[in-house]
Amino acid sequence: MTSGATVFGLCAAVAVGLGLYGLITNPQPLRKIIAFNVLGSGVFLLFGVVGRRGAAAGIGNDPVPQALVITGVVVAFAATALAIALLLRLFQKTGTTTLCSDVRPSACSDPSGD
Amino acid sequence: MSIATVFEVVLATVVLGFGFWTTAVRKTYSAAVGFVAYGLLVALIWVRLDAVDVALTEAAISGGLGGVLLLGAAARLRDSETTAAEAPGNLTRACAAVLSVLIAAALAGAVWLLPEHAPTLAPRIVANAWATSLANPVTNVLMAFRAMDTMLEKVVLLLAIIGVWSLAPDTAWGGRPGPCHRADPNGVLAFLARLLPPVGIVVGIYVFWTGADHPGGAFQGGAILASMWLLAIMAGLADTPATSRRWLRCILIAGPGLFLAVGLGGLWFGSAFLAYPAAYAKPLILGIEVAMILTIAATLGLLLAGAPERSVK
Repeated sequence: MTSGATVFGLCAAVAVGLGLYGLITNPQPLRKIIAFNVLGSGVFLLFGVVGRRGAAAGIGNDPVPQALVITGVVVAFAATALAIALLLRLFQKTGTTTLCSDVRPSACSDPSGD
Repeated sequence: MSIATVFEVVLATVVLGFGFWTTAVRKTYSAAVGFVAYGLLVALIWVRLDAVDVALTEAAISGGLGGVLLLGAAARLRDSETTAAEAPGNLTRACAAVLSVLIAAALAGAVWLLPEHAPTLAPRIVANAWATSLANPVTNVLMAFRAMDTMLEKVVLLLAIIGVWSLAPDTAWGGRPGPCHRADPNGVLAFLARLLPPVGIVVGIYVFWTGADHPGGAFQGGAILASMWLLAIMAGLADTPATSRRWLRCILIAGPGLFLAVGLGGLWFGSAFLAYPAAYAKPLILGIEVAMILTIAATLGLLLAGAPERSVK
């Protein structure tokens, strides 16, 4: 087993952990979206590490997981764009982006900013 | 420890450093900047993993376009930064930390204890590459061996754009997406928006064309074309098209539509859904890819532009 792939495998595992922690603890929706993308990139990297071990027939990385990751990156981007569009609409409508149901929008509706 | 491994350890450390910074930094805008750097460095990891096709996709779509999307949203939501102050308590934080560490440790253990002989489909892909006469194994998988995934992914992109457009307020229904961009016509942005697109369009088409035999393809090329289009829009040289335009909708369905038509043709004339007759495999795949790159460029650009905000008038 190549040690380089193992290093990146451990890196991917930590990225998944970081993303998960950020997803749970960051209260702002946009931060959750960013954390979710970090988590996703860690999962994609795990695919790459496993595919790297499937190097054979002159190809350095198993092409099937590579194709799956390419599809996955595009779908993750589409989902992120949809989530951000929802968030911007929420902000436009209520003047706040809180996910907390008992925080009154009126208490913090100052979209004009500081 | 060899030099190569040292490089890998340093790269992984820097990537995780950016990942940590993205998670921990206080300002959302800084987190978005951190994510762009993180995405570009992850692309380097993909190069080291001998997956250049994925590296191109990761750099162009996740780091590049995704970064623009996050930065734009962070700038527009800057005013809401102070209002969302419902930070979780220490107990929640501790539980989240324990859960994350456990999951990361489990994944790390799984990576560490992978079996000695990895299963691989690479030899079968090389053995069957004659059927499509494409030399890039990843394009072969995307366009032929697992073409169903790629076709359904086009449908997902279409659904995402329908979802984004449905968020338009009633007054802007069918109107132009995103705010009106005005930049100094003599400024650097307008200068770059005139200088870069001719080069970028050639590079995008090259990346697409070379994808048949070398790393590249419709996704990567489409992302480059989309970024050139967005550059012109952001510099105020072009405006986003109204979402009610018929030609725009035709471009959006061209990729999945042609893919589906060829797939059904395979069912009718050949043996199975999406089975290309071997004699026409390459022209058919190229035709689908040409339609796809237009659809991908338009969809990625419009996803970034967001929901319609201005009525046509």
